Amino acid sequence: MIKKLTFSALSALAISASGALAAGGEGHIEDFDFSFEGPFGTYDQNQLQRGLKVYTEVCSACHGLKFVPLRTLADEGGPHLPEDQVRAYAEQFDVYDPEIDDFRSGTPTDFFPSSALENAPDLSLMAKARAGFHGPMGTGINQLVKGIGGAEYIASLLTGYTGEEKEEYGSIFYENTAFPGGWIAMSQPLYGEDVEFDDGHDNSLHNEAEDVAAFLMWAAEPKMMARQRAGFVGVTFLIVLSVLLYLTNKRLWAGVKGKKND
Amino acid sequence: MRLNHYSSFSMVNQMLVSYKAPTNLNYFWNFGVLAGLALVIQLITGISLAMHYTPHIELAFNSVDHIMRDLQYGWLLRYMHSNGASLFFMVVYAHIFRGLYYGSYVYPRQGVWWIGCTIYVLMMAVAFLGYVLPWGQMSFWGATVITNFFSIIPFFGKDVVEWIWGGFAVNNATLNRFYSLHYFLSFVIVGLSALHLIVLHQHGANNPLGVESKDTIPFYPYYYVKDLVGVNLYLIVYFFFVFFYPEVLGHPDNYVPANPMVTPPSIVPEWYFLPMYAILRSIPYKAPGVLTMGLAVGALYLLPLVSKPIVRSGDNRPVFAILFWTFVVDCLLLGWVGSNHVETPWVECGQIATVYYFAFFFVLLPFATQFDNYYFSLLYKDHLNDPFSRKKSSDANDFKLLE
Repeated sequence: MIKKLTFSALSALAISASGALAAGGEGHIEDFDFSFEGPFGTYDQNQLQRGLKVYTEVCSACHGLKFVPLRTLADEGGPHLPEDQVRAYAEQFDVYDPEIDDFRSGTPTDFFPSSALENAPDLSLMAKARAGFHGPMGTGINQLVKGIGGAEYIASLLTGYTGEEKEEYGSIFYENTAFPGGWIAMSQPLYGEDVEFDDGHDNSLHNEAEDVAAFLMWAAEPKMMARQRAGFVGVTFLIVLSVLLYLTNKRLWAGVKGKKND
Repeated sequence: MRLNHYSSFSMVNQMLVSYKAPTNLNYFWNFGVLAGLALVIQLITGISLAMHYTPHIELAFNSVDHIMRDLQYGWLLRYMHSNGASLFFMVVYAHIFRGLYYGSYVYPRQGVWWIGCTIYVLMMAVAFLGYVLPWGQMSFWGATVITNFFSIIPFFGKDVVEWIWGGFAVNNATLNRFYSLHYFLSFVIVGLSALHLIVLHQHGANNPLGVESKDTIPFYPYYYVKDLVGVNLYLIVYFFFVFFYPEVLGHPDNYVPANPMVTPPSIVPEWYFLPMYAILRSIPYKAPGVLTMGLAVGALYLLPLVSKPIVRSGDNRPVFAILFWTFVVDCLLLGWVGSNHVETPWVECGQIATVYYFAFFFVLLPFATQFDNYYFSLLYKDHLNDPFSRKKSSDANDFKLLE
């Protein structure tokens, strides 16, 4: 599993770098404080819009989001962009339409384009395809407290570049403290102040990484808010019903249990 | 109810309404009903998912994502089905351990136990086949690893594996037949569950005291309501995972589409297979490893033959109780070992745990049973000679039955 590799690779690094990565254990995935964590967490609409901007201006140069329909940008519980903005956003893409056997400009019913670079993975499900937390001792129990950590993994990866690079078999690898094995083929994509946020939000590297990670979490799990809301109603109902049933059961059995003691 | 007198309903009536159950069943007896509920939930969600799933290597992953994104409450169906499998196993494991502790496998209920073991084996098959269907990385590589178990068959191993694959590697034909079998075998489980219940009702339920109970009560309303309490508690745990932590029990690699060219850093089964997986990996050779793992399941079948206690309940067998709880811890330890890499502390740990697993079934348990039986037969002798014993007649009956 990636987690063990991360762990062993990073502990090896920690030993060799002696103190540079002194945190040890699983500390190399920074525990970002995302708004969507925990049973009552919600997506921060503004953050998702900022993340979309980072994705559009930086990530999408190489990566795709082929499973995500553009129309979902207007969804409640998501970036919730106004319809006209979604339409305008979609128009920037040239989409091949087999019906007219030609390219046309995109509409909200189209999907985000696939990856532009052959070896750049699609990011639609990336936030669910990686886990940031595995402990304690490989049991995974801390995921119940911290979440699985896919978004944390992405944000840590984006902020984890040390600036070192090496060449191996004709490819250049970049040192990254969050990546399993410590060397990643992707060059540092974000340096801070890469995009100007419309709401004037701080565009430091840390914030940009956090925002785009939140956006990718939404892209991977767009129904999270509806799910948690339904779960809250369902579980509350069941707890009340359980108490009533428990009392009913006690009452029902009272006669039988009394008889036994005679 | 008049309906109850019609033949097809009279069976339902006998089993779920007028059925006489011992009065002293505790909440551990809920797990049978919960397993039935889990099975029904799996069938309903599974049949619904099958309406939208496409069993083709190019489309399977996309169709699952389509279910999650575009289908009305598709995410709910899918999370209920994937977490439902995990909860089904949790409940069944609790059910098996309950049977072990209270001696539910002892005469005259070996038949019930053996049918239960077969249900468990089929559940493992169905769960594995189902896990392949989303066609993620772990699906593909899990399928490759598990089907390769058959390569240990002498002379024909390779041919058998290729026959199972329907080709020279795990491919589209494999996915299609796995889908077909996943669907089919789940209904075999339904049939066996009905049989499990019919055979159980021949002798009635065991109970926490482990003596044949004359003190019974109709299933409805007493156990009906008591089971509903359990059902609600089960649903709370189930919904906790489905709605708030739907991915915690899964593996992130299965959100990466299957790629035969890239092997994942480590291939791990779902949590419910981890103890078996740890036993497999404790043996450093392939064929003996697979056979040992098979024997680990086979040991469950052999249990009624290696241990024939006079007194069934672990409550009355202190030596057995210690062994039992050690065994529970041992299984958890095996699960933990199974989730870790084959590295130094884990390998040795897994080997010791494997030794205890088999020692429990084939050495410690038979000896503890002999020990208990010897002392209890002495006690029984005195007890039966006591003219003032109130429970004499029923216990004497019991004793006769057990012989």
